[in-house]
Amino acid sequence: MKFIFDSNTWQEIFGSIGKNKTRTAITVIGVLWGIFIYIALAGAAKGLDNGFERAFESTAMNSMFVWAQSTSMPYEGFKTGRSLQLKLDDVNTLKNRIPEIQYIAPRNAKGVFGGSQAAVVRGQKSGTAPVYGDFPIYTKIATKKIYDGGRFINDEDIEEARKVVVIGERTQKELFDEEENPIGEFIRVDNIYFQIVGVHKYVPGGGFEGDTDMYIPYSTYKKLYNTGENVDWLTIAAYDDADVIQAEKDVKAVLKSIHRVNPDDERAIGAFNLGEIFNRITGFAKGLTFLSLIVGIATILAGVISIGNILLISVKERTKELGVRRALGATPREVRNLILLESVFLTVVSGIMGIVLGALVLYGIDSATHDSDFPYTNPTLPISYVLGALGIMVVLGTLIGLIPAQRAVSIKPIDALREE
Amino acid sequence: MIEIKDLHKSYKMGSNSLHVLKGINFNVEEGELVAIMGSSGSGKSTLLNILGMLDVLDEGTYTLDGVPIINLNETKAAKYRNKFLGFIFQSFNLINYKSAAENVALPLYYQGVGRKERQVKALKYLEQVGLKQWAGHLPSELSGGQKQRVAIARALAAEPKVLMADEPTGALDSKTSYEVMDLLQKINDAGNTILIVTHEPDIADMCKRIVHLKDGVIVEDKMVDQVRASQYV
Repeated sequence: MKFIFDSNTWQEIFGSIGKNKTRTAITVIGVLWGIFIYIALAGAAKGLDNGFERAFESTAMNSMFVWAQSTSMPYEGFKTGRSLQLKLDDVNTLKNRIPEIQYIAPRNAKGVFGGSQAAVVRGQKSGTAPVYGDFPIYTKIATKKIYDGGRFINDEDIEEARKVVVIGERTQKELFDEEENPIGEFIRVDNIYFQIVGVHKYVPGGGFEGDTDMYIPYSTYKKLYNTGENVDWLTIAAYDDADVIQAEKDVKAVLKSIHRVNPDDERAIGAFNLGEIFNRITGFAKGLTFLSLIVGIATILAGVISIGNILLISVKERTKELGVRRALGATPREVRNLILLESVFLTVVSGIMGIVLGALVLYGIDSATHDSDFPYTNPTLPISYVLGALGIMVVLGTLIGLIPAQRAVSIKPIDALREE
Repeated sequence: MIEIKDLHKSYKMGSNSLHVLKGINFNVEEGELVAIMGSSGSGKSTLLNILGMLDVLDEGTYTLDGVPIINLNETKAAKYRNKFLGFIFQSFNLINYKSAAENVALPLYYQGVGRKERQVKALKYLEQVGLKQWAGHLPSELSGGQKQRVAIARALAAEPKVLMADEPTGALDSKTSYEVMDLLQKINDAGNTILIVTHEPDIADMCKRIVHLKDGVIVEDKMVDQVRASQYV
C-alpha cells in the first residue's frame, strides 16, 4: 500500500504516461466514452422512470375503473344485448366479497362519456363543464389538489345532499376575475345554485379528466339528474401488495353474479386496469434501466480492454526501458506495480471524466425537457451506482493491467538489453 | 572483490547445446580496472552478464564482496544489482523521457532514497562527469559522449562495489571514447573497481589488467602498464 501513496511512484507513472500524450488521450477517451454511455443511459432511464411516476402520481398505481356495458350472451332467461346498470349497493357487495379492495369510489358523470356538459352561469359569464357526482373517498384513489382555502366534497355534503361544488381552474378563469376569490361564491349549474367550496388544480396526464371538471356530492347529483341509485362506474383501488389483475377478475365476477350475467360473458363489464398499464410501463422503464446497465458495462469493458491493449503495446515498446530499470535494481514486483498502477490510474481518471461528462449531459437533457410534456424528471443515478461503476472500473483496470504487467515482468533484463 | 571458480555456462539452441563458458577461474581485487577482451562469440558478454547477475551460471561458484551469489530469484537479483553493481551499456540505455538528472537518480529511487537526497546526489555525480549544467536536458538533447557520461554518473550514483561496462565506447568515435576512458580511469583512481568488456585493443590498453577470452576459456590474463587516456584528450 505504501507504494500507492508514494509520490515517487506517481512521478514514475506520470512520466511514463506523459511520454505518449496522444496515445494516452485516445486511450482515456475509450473508457471515458464507456462510463459516459453508462451514466447517460442509466440516468436517462431513471429520468423516464421518474417521469412516468410523476405522470401517474395523482392516481393510485394499483387502481382500476369498472363500468357496465351490455351483455353479449344469454343467461338465466335474459336475452343477449341487455343493458346493465351498476347500482350503489354493488359497492358494499364488492367490498365484502373481495378482500383485496382497499377503496371503492362510485362515480357518476355527465358530459364525460355521454350526455351534454352542464351549463355553468355566474352573472353575465357562462360556460359549460362536465359534472361528476362523487364521494369523498374518491380522493383516496386519485388525489385532487385543491387550491388554498378550498376543500373537496365531505361526508356531511353527502348526507345533507348539499349544493356545493368543486370547480376546475379553467372554470374559475371563465367565471371569475383574477382577484376574485371564488370560495363561497355561488354559481348556477344547470339552473341550480351551487356554492363553490374548492378549486382543484388540473394535473395533466391523468386520463380523461380535464381542467373544467366539476365535482358535486353524489347525493346532490342523484337529485339533480334524477339518477336514483345508479352508478356510472366504479373506481377501485386494491391494496399495494395485491395482484391487480386478479382483483380485476374478481370484481368482474362479483358484478356478473350480482347482475345475473353469464360468467363467461367478456363484454358485459368493462374495465380499465391502471395498475396493469402502470406495471407495463414501470416494467418498460426497468427494462430500459437494465438495458442501459448492460450496454454501459459492456462499453466500459470495451474501454478497459482497450487500455489493456494499449498498455501491452506500451510494454512492448518499453521493453528496453523496463530492462534498464531491472538492471538498475527494480524488482519484478516494482515493475508490475508500475504497469498495474498505470492501468488503474488511466481507468479511474477517464472514469471520473466520463462521470462528470455524463452528469453534464443529464443536466442538459433535464433542463431541455423541464417544461415539456415528455415524461422525464430528475434523471439521476444513485451515488452507489456511480461508486459501483468506479469500483468495477478499478477492478477491471487491475485485472486488465495484470496482462501487460505480467508481460513486463516476464521480460528478462538481459533479453531486453540485448534487443538493439 | 569478485571470485569466480570453475564457471560453466551453456545455452540451449533447439536440440543443440552451445557451451559458451567452459570453466572460468577469475578473481578481481578491489580497485582493479580490468578489460575483458575477446572476439565476438568468445563468451565475454556472457561472462559479464553472469557477473552482472543478469544471467545465471550453470556450474561453479561466484562470490561478490564476500556474498555468494547463488539461488538468485529475480527479486533478489534486482536487490543485489542495485546494491553491488553499476552498469554502463554500449547503447547508453538512458530512459528517453527522463532528464539527465532523473536518469542518474533512478537507481537511487530503487534503493528507496528520498526525493530531495536523490536530487542532490544526482547533481553531485553529474558534476563529477562534468555535466552539471546539462542536468535538466533530455537524452535526445545530448551528444553520444554526453549520454555515456550520464550513464556513468547513473552507474556511480548507486555507489556500487563494481562498475560493469559492456563496450562502453562501442558507439562512440575515438576522441569521445578516450574522453569516456579518461573519466573511467579517474573513477578507478578514486578506488572504484571497474570491469570493461571491449574488443578494442587501445581501450583495453587503458586498463590495468587484460583478460583474454577465447572459445569460452581464459587464454591470457596479464597486468599491463596503463595508458593514460588523458594524453589523447
